[in-house]
Amino acid sequence: MKPSQRVNITLTINGRDYAIAVEPRRTLADAIREDCGQTGTHIGCEHGVCGACTVIVEGEPIRSCLMFAVQADGKKIRTVEGLADGETLHPMQQAFMDHHGLQCGFCTPGFLMLAVGVLEREPDISDEELLDVLSSNLCRCTGYQNIIKAVRAGAKEMRHR
Amino acid sequence: MKPAPFIRHVPSTIAEAVAMLAEVAPQDGRILAGGQSLVPIMAFRLAKPAHLVDINEIAGLEKVTCDGRTLFIRACARHAAFHRPVVDNPLGALLATVAKHIAHYPIRLRGTFCGSLAHADPASEWCLVAATLDATIMAKSIRGERLIAANEFFAGIMSTALREDELLVETRLPLLARDARFGFNEFSRRAGDFAMSAALVVYRLHDGKITEARVGVGGAEANPRRLAEAEAVLEGQTPAAPLFRAAAEAAAAAIDPLEDHQIDAEYRRDLVRAVVRRALESSVRVTHPC
Repeated sequence: MKPSQRVNITLTINGRDYAIAVEPRRTLADAIREDCGQTGTHIGCEHGVCGACTVIVEGEPIRSCLMFAVQADGKKIRTVEGLADGETLHPMQQAFMDHHGLQCGFCTPGFLMLAVGVLEREPDISDEELLDVLSSNLCRCTGYQNIIKAVRAGAKEMRHR
Repeated sequence: MKPAPFIRHVPSTIAEAVAMLAEVAPQDGRILAGGQSLVPIMAFRLAKPAHLVDINEIAGLEKVTCDGRTLFIRACARHAAFHRPVVDNPLGALLATVAKHIAHYPIRLRGTFCGSLAHADPASEWCLVAATLDATIMAKSIRGERLIAANEFFAGIMSTALREDELLVETRLPLLARDARFGFNEFSRRAGDFAMSAALVVYRLHDGKITEARVGVGGAEANPRRLAEAEAVLEGQTPAAPLFRAAAEAAAAAIDPLEDHQIDAEYRRDLVRAVVRRALESSVRVTHPC
């Protein structure tokens, strides 16, 4: 076997199976975008600092640039494309709209998947702890105050559901 | 950038893993655990391993268990496993306090305790914990297994006593006395960034006097370590602000600070003084539930 030899895997993204062949070095982020065509997941720094590529794998919000696609074979992956229910936005997406939680929008998919992923795991997380969670992603428009407002409002909405 | 090509090996048992590692280690084969340090290094092409032995599929390797005296942390236990106390002992609260300082939430869901030790970044919080609490590290290879004391494990910046064919399978931490107090403090410029200095202190009070003092400092030298000079200042004394300042002063005097383009030796020495004092102060303020 050569290092560049492709491996057959299946990524299950938002409930749909994608049978793809990737080199072991292919990051999950690249596979989601390039091999599966799901370009809602953005790639910023490619070394785990910015959080733009955050997706939910088996219920855990993780950085898809720091996981190899082969490691996600057969695992359940959720991306920003899977948040809305038809025309109805996910409460966290709606909160980002209502509170102007985005400007250019590049970091938004990462923030959404981070916030949704953490709140699904820990619905009763405190506002203070949420602030620490949100420190993990970068917004180069520096719209942090509104992102914090949006996530706290979205959290409230998710708890009420 | 993108990582260089490699061949991935996926063992389902530890025996398989060490057999694979023995085979590929001479060709720059490495272990892939959480990947939260290794993958960025690969993205920068600072590391171009030809083989990765991915231990994430080995059943049971994520476990943290306790036998009433010792906490056993297996190779794939994630940082996030320590978000809530893992054991009804001050050690559980200590690990939960420290865990929240490690990188960021999504990183903590993937990165592993044992991987941090094997990576041996001078600023690593878990390396500081291992050094301060005198952890024991179990290394395994096809030649057998051996136990390494933390003070013999770290061997310089990102360098350890592990041999190239050895897998760090488990870290053992002794439980603390039920009445143990602890304090932790670290300084970094941004939330979740590497610590520019960090301190962990643990002690007991006997008739109001400090006993069994441990003062560990990380991020200041090539490896974290206990500072006997600072511990000696505390031993047998009553906790008080002037005592904490004296211990911090002794710690600052005892270290041989790392220097880099951002931080010169004197600044780092000053940070050590500050983090040791703050760790000691937080040890009296906080009452721990366990």
